[in-house]
Amino acid sequence: MEKFIKLSDTAIPLAIENIDTDQIIPARFLKATDKKGFGENVFRDWRFYKDGSVNKEFILNNKNYKGSILIAGNNFGCGSSREHAAWALAGYGFKVIISSFFADIFKENALNNGILPIEINIKILELLLQKIENNPTTKLSVNLEEQELNTPFGNIEFEINSYKKLCLLNGYDDIDFLVSKKKEIEAFEVSYKK
Amino acid sequence: MMAKTLFDKVWDAHVVDTIKNGPQILYIDKHLIHEVTSPQAFNELKERGIPIAHPEKTIATADHNTPTKDQHLPIKDALSRNQLEQLTKNCKEHNITLYNLGHKYNGIVHVIAPELGITQPGITMVCGDSHTSTHGAFGAIAFGIGTSQVAQVFASQCLLVQKPKSLRVNVNGKLKKGVLPKDVILYIISKLGTNSGTGYFCEYAGNVFEEMSMEGRMTVCNMSIEMGARGGMIAPDETTFQYIKGREFAPEGVELEQKIAYWKTLKTDEEAVFDKEFSFDAEDIAPMLTYGTNPGMGIKINETIPIESNESFEQSLAYMNFQKGKKLINTPINFVFIGSCTNSRIEDFRIAANYVKGKQKAPNVNAWLVPGSQQVVKQIKQEGLQVIFEEAGFELREPGCSACLAMNEDKIPEGEYCISTSNRNFEGRQGQGARTILASPLVAVAAAIEGKIVDITKPF
Repeated sequence: MEKFIKLSDTAIPLAIENIDTDQIIPARFLKATDKKGFGENVFRDWRFYKDGSVNKEFILNNKNYKGSILIAGNNFGCGSSREHAAWALAGYGFKVIISSFFADIFKENALNNGILPIEINIKILELLLQKIENNPTTKLSVNLEEQELNTPFGNIEFEINSYKKLCLLNGYDDIDFLVSKKKEIEAFEVSYKK
Repeated sequence: MMAKTLFDKVWDAHVVDTIKNGPQILYIDKHLIHEVTSPQAFNELKERGIPIAHPEKTIATADHNTPTKDQHLPIKDALSRNQLEQLTKNCKEHNITLYNLGHKYNGIVHVIAPELGITQPGITMVCGDSHTSTHGAFGAIAFGIGTSQVAQVFASQCLLVQKPKSLRVNVNGKLKKGVLPKDVILYIISKLGTNSGTGYFCEYAGNVFEEMSMEGRMTVCNMSIEMGARGGMIAPDETTFQYIKGREFAPEGVELEQKIAYWKTLKTDEEAVFDKEFSFDAEDIAPMLTYGTNPGMGIKINETIPIESNESFEQSLAYMNFQKGKKLINTPINFVFIGSCTNSRIEDFRIAANYVKGKQKAPNVNAWLVPGSQQVVKQIKQEGLQVIFEEAGFELREPGCSACLAMNEDKIPEGEYCISTSNRNFEGRQGQGARTILASPLVAVAAAIEGKIVDITKPF
């Protein structure tokens, strides 16, 4: 996994609540057997009309808004457990997602793919969405070590599980860790069978 | 000793180790896999040269991306064919039991595991599918995981997880006529919203759940994820034990007796305290319908769509082409789908057949019946339900996830309304531009007969 330490970039505001993983990547794109190419189809049915023409109204198609930070409405990533949603967001170039609330499975999937989900207060989220809609060049900075998000409204501290933080800072993943615990797991299996 | 919840009892029995200030290592008893969320996990292990720790604790089926017509013929779509071939190859290579297309045990992962007796009280079970919560109906801890986690379970038979908080939903009283388990869970989600359960594991308690069949309990637990809860559980009881007894992989004889003795201990202690608790009155529940684009946007069948004004709400109603303050009764319906891991078990088809008997499907309606498994298909035929459906003009298809997520050919056309017994009414879920109304099998089948939504609580 790629390391995540610091990031300073502009952001894309997507002021929609309850964005489910079917919107992030529709089921018809889940037929691949590798992790590549999902970025092309992220938010596919919001970016394009059924006939393939571009929906110019959708924020990702507005050239004024760029950046590797996505700011989304409350309860981001609900619905299906498809990790393809995280692959699609990462493939498109997002490294940080800011919302006031994330669905459990999506949050884990994001962290397992080097994407940092940052939860902030809903009132600040609304201010931030508005600010960036009006000033697309506004830069935000993220410092994972300090657990700080720097915004025009000041520094916001965010929560992250200390184990997951360590993984992101070093680019470790859970498989390495679990494989290193083989002895403990085998000992558990013996005692558990009794 | 500290009072424990049902969830605590099962969870604590599976903790291998606790990381300081971090997650716990949770042992997984059963790992279910399917063609869509497993290939990248197999690749991951191959690239790292790690073997699968316990292939014998892994069970595979093909369900998400399979056709529901002519399953004996080669799959037309090249990508879908490749995905199934990958699953076959991976399972063969790693010695994993696969109930492939056409196998007598094939079907939707959350339908086959319970009907084969694989799902049992007190176990931990995961699958790369959010509706794994279904299995909690047996008093198991069962939840959906991402593909990275599928790889973790392959590599270690464990997961690194933070223990969720506890939530209990109580429903007591007598359900009204025509109110099914699907209505109970749609009602709960409409009251609590789509993220009230996020960060929690939910226990359903009260006489309403105690009196439900296993099929009904599975319908309820299945949709726990639609209120954000990773899983839902119901304490095992005599209904559970009777259901398991005699199934293919169920314990027998002395082993069964010992297990039942243990399973009987799996209930929440009286003094146990939940982080969050809600109670509802069964009499207040009516047949339900969703009007929007998430499962929390539900109303009683004779209610009007609420009047709210915010961007997401407006967008949702615009997508559905519904108006605030209006009723859904009499909305013309062209598609009816009875299927999915929520409602594709034999009980659902019995309810449907009982209503349909002697009636005719409305000419404007395409009615798809997609059983959850080959075993359900067999039962439908044995009980003579197939004849009832065919005489009424319904189409009985082969098992699979089908139009619940429309990965295969079973898509609802743009702009059309579909009354669906599935679990999600998200934009485009059943096909690009398709409009989904979630309901019980009874409400769905009534709409198929009348060609429009009808209030099943009243004579019409």
